[in-house]
Amino acid sequence: MPTEIEFALEDVRRVYAGRTVLDIPALEIRRGELLALVGPSGSGKSTLLRLLNGLEKPDTGRIGFRQQPDLGALPLATRRQITTVFQHPRLLDRSVEENVALGLRIRGVGRATARPRVRELLDELGLAAHARAPAPRLSAGERQRVALARSLAFDPAVLLLDEPTANLDPHNVSLLEERIRRERARRPLTVVLVTHNVFQARRLADRCALLLGGKLVEVGETQRFFETPLDARVTAFVRGEMVW
Amino acid sequence: MDTPGTLGAALLDAVILLASGDAALLAVLGRTLEVSLAALGIATAVGLPTGAVLGLARGLPARGTVRALIYTGMGLPPVVVGLFVYLLLSRAGPLGDLGWLFSVKAMVLAQTILSVPLVVGLTMAALEGVDPELGPQLAALGATPVQVARTTLREARSGVLAAIAAAFGAAISEVGAVMLVGGNIEGQTRVLTTAILLETRRGQFSLACALGLLLLALTFTLNFVLLRAGERRTLPRAD
Repeated sequence: MPTEIEFALEDVRRVYAGRTVLDIPALEIRRGELLALVGPSGSGKSTLLRLLNGLEKPDTGRIGFRQQPDLGALPLATRRQITTVFQHPRLLDRSVEENVALGLRIRGVGRATARPRVRELLDELGLAAHARAPAPRLSAGERQRVALARSLAFDPAVLLLDEPTANLDPHNVSLLEERIRRERARRPLTVVLVTHNVFQARRLADRCALLLGGKLVEVGETQRFFETPLDARVTAFVRGEMVW
Repeated sequence: MDTPGTLGAALLDAVILLASGDAALLAVLGRTLEVSLAALGIATAVGLPTGAVLGLARGLPARGTVRALIYTGMGLPPVVVGLFVYLLLSRAGPLGDLGWLFSVKAMVLAQTILSVPLVVGLTMAALEGVDPELGPQLAALGATPVQVARTTLREARSGVLAAIAAAFGAAISEVGAVMLVGGNIEGQTRVLTTAILLETRRGQFSLACALGLLLLALTFTLNFVLLRAGERRTLPRAD
């Protein structure tokens, strides 16, 4: 059975103030895979995620989503199948459970209907004791877990993770990674993970890609990417020898 | 006629007068609420969305000019606004056919003109204080632009409530414009501020104090209700 394609990028270019920050001639992201985007700061990883979530539009080229040729013209219901967990989540000045329910409430789900799902996620992510606490008072790790919970609450088809575990302690990293693994085991979920952490990419990803200066250097199955990379810059990056 | 030196006695008389439930006093009170709340309602309906759009559209062209115009509007001299509305509604004016001059409608119009820039300017400032990354993060959760605006307004609710409270304060305490366009006609366009002015001129300090106390009580009550409403935390409705 042929692999289904979730995103198809063709000649995608993004320019900020006259500077090209992303230039990808072609990239396909497969449905149900976890693709890790690695690369130094400023290499265009987060810009690519914003394009995939429709938060920005490419200056040239196009991004197709499933059978739709243009991500920018998706109907609302389809667009709502894609979501992002950000490195610095902005939680609302409300309780933890209200924050986790936010995506469901945006989709018209009533408070009572949303409650069991919210409680389930709070339990799974070790946040049940904080359900009624004001979200802004949580620690960084707890806030990131709330951010993951609010994105998983509405069962998105695509989860974009922008450095979700940067600056978190190993306990929180482990909790988040485990929850992502469990979600992928439970149902088909396409994940694009942006990370500086090559060990995390190796632990979680089906495929990895290296971005440098907005250009895609190499994409490959995780084991091959780490063990027999085709490009010398990938070798240097995964060995931690690349200076930028 | 009272003597202006006996403030304590005047305050005592004021309390007695208020407690007596004087019909004329209640009529003035009702009219004051009618004019101020109508102006506040219109100013909020117009000003909140306008302020929200201006506060959220950070890349708006000529933003500095728009801001300068709004801030100028926030400092409009009430008497000048009163004069402008007077000329607009006078028989020879462009809206003279409406026959609104020396009516409650003319007073509402003047107070609305004074209140709208306050609601717009302070709402805009409140929204500009919200983290600019909140909007994209809400959009990433599937929020429509309207849901993003509504949720951001709720996040900035302290500032938004301050905008509404400031507009109400400006409307209910206004005297120059309503005097000009309303005429302070007994039983028709007399409100608390114009009545205070009149009774002070007449030397009826007890009555003027009673009206002043009532004005303060009204302003306090509405601000209290607004603050309580702001403490309620609810999630955005779906479109």
